[in-house]
Amino acid sequence: MKTKTIKIDYLARVEGEGGVHITVRDNRVRSIRLNIFEPPRFFEAFLRGRSYSEVPDITARICGICPIAYQMSAVHAMEDAFGITVDGQLRALRRLIYCGEWIESHALHIYLLHAPDFLGYADGIHMARDFPEIVQRGLQLKKVGNEIIALLGGREIHPINVRVGGFYKVPSRQELAPLAERLKWAREAALETVHWVAGFPFPEFERDYIFVALRHPDEYPFNEGRVISNRGLDIDSKSYEDHFVEQHVQHSNALHSILKDQGAYFVGPLARYNLNFDRLSPLAQEAARNAGLGPLCGNPFQSIIVRSVEVLYACDEALRLIDHYDTPDKPAVDVQVRAATGYGCTEAPRGILYHRYRVDKQGLVLDAKIVPPTSQNQKIIEDDLGQLVGKYLDLPQEELRFRCEQAVRNYDPCISCATHFLKLEIDRE
Amino acid sequence: MSRQHGLFVTDAYLMEAKRQRRPTLVIGIGNEWRGDDAAGLLVARQLRRCGRTSFAVLEHNGEGAALMELWNRWDAVVVVDAVRSGAEPGTVYRCDAISQPLPGKIRQGSTHAFSLGEAIELGRALNQLPPHLVVYAIEGQNFEAGDRLSSQVEGVISAVADRILQEIH
Repeated sequence: MKTKTIKIDYLARVEGEGGVHITVRDNRVRSIRLNIFEPPRFFEAFLRGRSYSEVPDITARICGICPIAYQMSAVHAMEDAFGITVDGQLRALRRLIYCGEWIESHALHIYLLHAPDFLGYADGIHMARDFPEIVQRGLQLKKVGNEIIALLGGREIHPINVRVGGFYKVPSRQELAPLAERLKWAREAALETVHWVAGFPFPEFERDYIFVALRHPDEYPFNEGRVISNRGLDIDSKSYEDHFVEQHVQHSNALHSILKDQGAYFVGPLARYNLNFDRLSPLAQEAARNAGLGPLCGNPFQSIIVRSVEVLYACDEALRLIDHYDTPDKPAVDVQVRAATGYGCTEAPRGILYHRYRVDKQGLVLDAKIVPPTSQNQKIIEDDLGQLVGKYLDLPQEELRFRCEQAVRNYDPCISCATHFLKLEIDRE
Repeated sequence: MSRQHGLFVTDAYLMEAKRQRRPTLVIGIGNEWRGDDAAGLLVARQLRRCGRTSFAVLEHNGEGAALMELWNRWDAVVVVDAVRSGAEPGTVYRCDAISQPLPGKIRQGSTHAFSLGEAIELGRALNQLPPHLVVYAIEGQNFEAGDRLSSQVEGVISAVADRILQEIH
């Protein structure tokens, strides 16, 4: 029997760390295991007994990159439990702060984590030595996202201004004005980003994925919408657990999320784009078309283009929201606590983030469930690696390992939400 | 919970510190829900409690691009972070990041995507480091979820804070 082994001890440029082990026997891929060593279950346990009002700030600590997503899914779930609707300008401000998170998270991934793969650099530092202006543009773009979060969230690191029912404090039109000026620059920079990444070399790799994302009647989705797929799924977030199940797999402490009777599915920018192209702004649609993308894209390596299109959309949408903004009379709607179960699902930069809470009549959490996007993509990442290794088995060891790392980064996995260390091993002859 | 700490970066706090012409910024990096990863935060809190007004203190999650943006505005920056290099837990490293890159053995081990070590080197490549940048790294043992600190790390928090105080003054 011929056996091949490729080992990557540390997979850099992934948020957090984890491990991948691939076994190849007789020129056939026999097993792919994405090992996740540390589940987010600590937080689910930690939340029990805490007040509903603490949950947005506590869950924001699960991920340093996407605290807003955790806050948003948490507040929507609590508001669902208490029968509250947040609309008007408060709802608009929530979309605006989510724009900030997408801009800063995507810009970091595009410029410093994923672009080096396509341009043949070991990392963003080496790339910066040859392309300092481009890296500066990425850093400035990311900073605009941070500025939105800092203004609406109270601070850019672990924002604290989000609460069930709205915000603790809301900005005036004047306070948002300087942000609009920055966003006009960012929108141009985002357009240049789409153009830049469209010129990268992309491997030929397409699969017939099941894409899952939110869909809203009028908007590209951030906070609200039905959970849909390209295979006919169309459900309210309340029904999420009727259709999605988490499976424990031996090689991972995190749970694999699958669609009942259908298996692995894909969440994140590519899924959102494929299911919501018609909800992008005209500017974002035009930029995508000019970048060579149609309304559908099945190549996960092109997710870097889609991420860039989403940055452009987020800048465009943020400007629209600011343009239509009037300071609301109250920073939050009143909350009447009751014993109930609430559900929330929002679009984190990396894909749908599901929260479910059961609270008692004092608003204390009885139990919690959190399903982060990375654990939903985990099985798809394994399947991609299996196909990729099978297709490129003849590549030299180092090239194959490089290609696998690039493929994992297509998903911008936030391993720290679901795990800790990532090591990549390919076991063949 | 997080509202009680109140030590994370705010523009108002930074502007006030700059107005008071504090020349040095101390940044404690970490995640308080990852065991010893909280070491940098705990040193920062101890320094804040000592009440000196000659320097500013911030807590940070260690996201590299944000760190670059922060330290670019100060004359001198001291960063405290937890590391995992294989040394004895509680081992303390001091590195002058202006004169040389962080040693390889303490560059990795961060739980963050774009780490402190990478931020320093990207800052160097883009000529965006402050005039003085010193890193204190505390060897951790337990990085599991939860707020339990290993005894070796807990035992050096005060000593690191004292050492930084001596260095600043």
